[in-house]
Amino acid sequence: MTTGTKEAGTEPAVVPEDVEQDGGPGRGERFSALAQQHGALVTLVVAMVAASLSFDTFLTGDNLENMALSSAFLAVVALGMTFVIVTGGIDLSVGSLFALGGVLAAWGSQYGTVVALLLPLAVCGLIGVVNGLLIARSGLAPFIVTLAAMLGARGILLAVTDEGSRTYLVDKDSFFATLGQGSLLGIGVPIWITVVLFVLGAVVLRRTRFGQYVYAVGGNEDAAALMGAPVARTKIAVYALSGLCAGLAGALNAAWLVSGVTILGTGMELEAISAVVIGGTLLSGGFGFVSGALVGVLLLKVIQNVINQIGSLDSAYQQVVSGAFLAVVVVAQTWLGRRRRVL
Amino acid sequence: MTSLTLTRGQVDRERLLRLLQEYGVYAGVVVLLVFNFVFTSNFVSTENFRTQAVQVAPVLVVALGMALAIGTEGVDLAVGSVMALSTSLLSLYLGYGPWTATLMAVAGGIAVGLANGSLIAFLGVQPIVATLALMVAARGLALVLLPQLEDVRDPGMASLGSGDVLGVPYLVLIAAALALLVAFVVRRTTFGRQLLAIGDSRPAARLAGLPVRRVLVVVYACSGALAAIAGVLATARLTASDPTSLGTLMELSAITAVVVGGTPLSGGRIRIGGTVAGAVLIQLLTTTLIKHDLPPSWTQMAQAVVIVAAVYAARERGKR
Repeated sequence: MTTGTKEAGTEPAVVPEDVEQDGGPGRGERFSALAQQHGALVTLVVAMVAASLSFDTFLTGDNLENMALSSAFLAVVALGMTFVIVTGGIDLSVGSLFALGGVLAAWGSQYGTVVALLLPLAVCGLIGVVNGLLIARSGLAPFIVTLAAMLGARGILLAVTDEGSRTYLVDKDSFFATLGQGSLLGIGVPIWITVVLFVLGAVVLRRTRFGQYVYAVGGNEDAAALMGAPVARTKIAVYALSGLCAGLAGALNAAWLVSGVTILGTGMELEAISAVVIGGTLLSGGFGFVSGALVGVLLLKVIQNVINQIGSLDSAYQQVVSGAFLAVVVVAQTWLGRRRRVL
Repeated sequence: MTSLTLTRGQVDRERLLRLLQEYGVYAGVVVLLVFNFVFTSNFVSTENFRTQAVQVAPVLVVALGMALAIGTEGVDLAVGSVMALSTSLLSLYLGYGPWTATLMAVAGGIAVGLANGSLIAFLGVQPIVATLALMVAARGLALVLLPQLEDVRDPGMASLGSGDVLGVPYLVLIAAALALLVAFVVRRTTFGRQLLAIGDSRPAARLAGLPVRRVLVVVYACSGALAAIAGVLATARLTASDPTSLGTLMELSAITAVVVGGTPLSGGRIRIGGTVAGAVLIQLLTTTLIKHDLPPSWTQMAQAVVIVAAVYAARERGKR
């Protein structure tokens, strides 16, 4: 799936005139990099200002809190997805794992909070490891492996819930339920957890050896292998991480809903991928950042919120707008990316 | 696997894998058929074969378009949403007669395909992302046009859905004709050759002077048109337009049929016969599990295993 790089390899070397000879970044490149890194953030700010000017109900505490809460779960999924996409892969199984994590957490909550958290993490992490093994060791295409995992995980979910007819409930007074429903300093616990996870994720991707391996593998797998980076192990780790994030998000969501709803998560993989891409991470791998995923998720939720506020618009328009928006962002990114490569 | 000297064991293994890739899917179909003949009650009946064939027809039509996209080393995730858009348009224009309505539905599919193809060919967007965007947008558009389920009471559509010639349902005839047409295009036309050349190596195809962009746009337009036709067929069979659920996960079934049929995801090669067998195999697998009272959860897990096994068997050739 890396036709872009394949093409670039055979392209006759275009030497643009405004390249500076000292090897420093040119003005065009700096602009492209800026647009790629902060374009989504600027759009988010503009969208929020426009929304708060148009609707009195937008900038209220309740509305913002609701938006943040409903963003939190998707954001955690998108966090794991960012690592996968930076290695040049893709994980389509996260929606199913999110649902599976929720059901397992709700079932496990009768045995205490530890089980409710560890069981989904263990199962979803394991499925992630299997994805990673098939992709890294057997060289299968990520999208087909994780597609199969998406089906398989949904199958497991149906098997543990009597074909989806059974909904496990979480005790409202348990500590596990407060992980979803409680609040700290007036802000919901899931939001705190999401923020902490994003800070951790940013540190891991930017400041650790593992993070550098993730970039190296995504940039050029062969080069990374020649430099001595553990390519296979890094890939297995990112798919495991994505599985863990999806499972944890599902568990938190179950705590929030105080039940393990079986029909959740369909189409979530698409939302997560959209958010990551909108945030500025390149699908071809090697370039991306954790904060972009958060901005992308928030942007999607603001669009959704605005369309809901307009009211007269059918909620189906939301899909049209999201799809069109994604297309525009991807086209812009491809253009910016090509500019950067040429310059 | 690029070492030049092969030991005897390696040669045998290569040959075995090759055989498995070439004929594995047909063997799978035969095994499942024999199993069902022996162990499944009420399997051998005209009625049952008819049901199976009618159910497989729309999947096969979508899979034909998917095979073209995969042959160019791409993929089309928008097919399920195109089916939904097609059923909405069909329902909307049915007042002008079934032919006009079908024409509009197919035009809608081609429009989505052209958008996909333009994003991929002219703007250089990866096929997964481009078709993902259109998948979301087309489903939304389908729901905007037709917000909820609507019955289709047109006699023409009803006869398309349930009529037959000499006992062979129209749906099956149409699917078979389309399969033959696509097979002919892939094997015997310049367009087919160009398509496979692009899938094999896009830079080489461009250096050879092939119209890479035009071919890509046409491929995705074909995929859109075929998905729209599948939408019309499915609507005729169900005698209802349901843009909410029609075609969901269809992209999965279609990719499975193509991949199980031995078409490598790395492009450059398309097997239409294998794709037909792949679609039949998935249908038979589902039926077998259902007829033996195994729950849907088993079907999904079995399908997952079959996909991985098929891709695993094909990987050596894919890696090259």
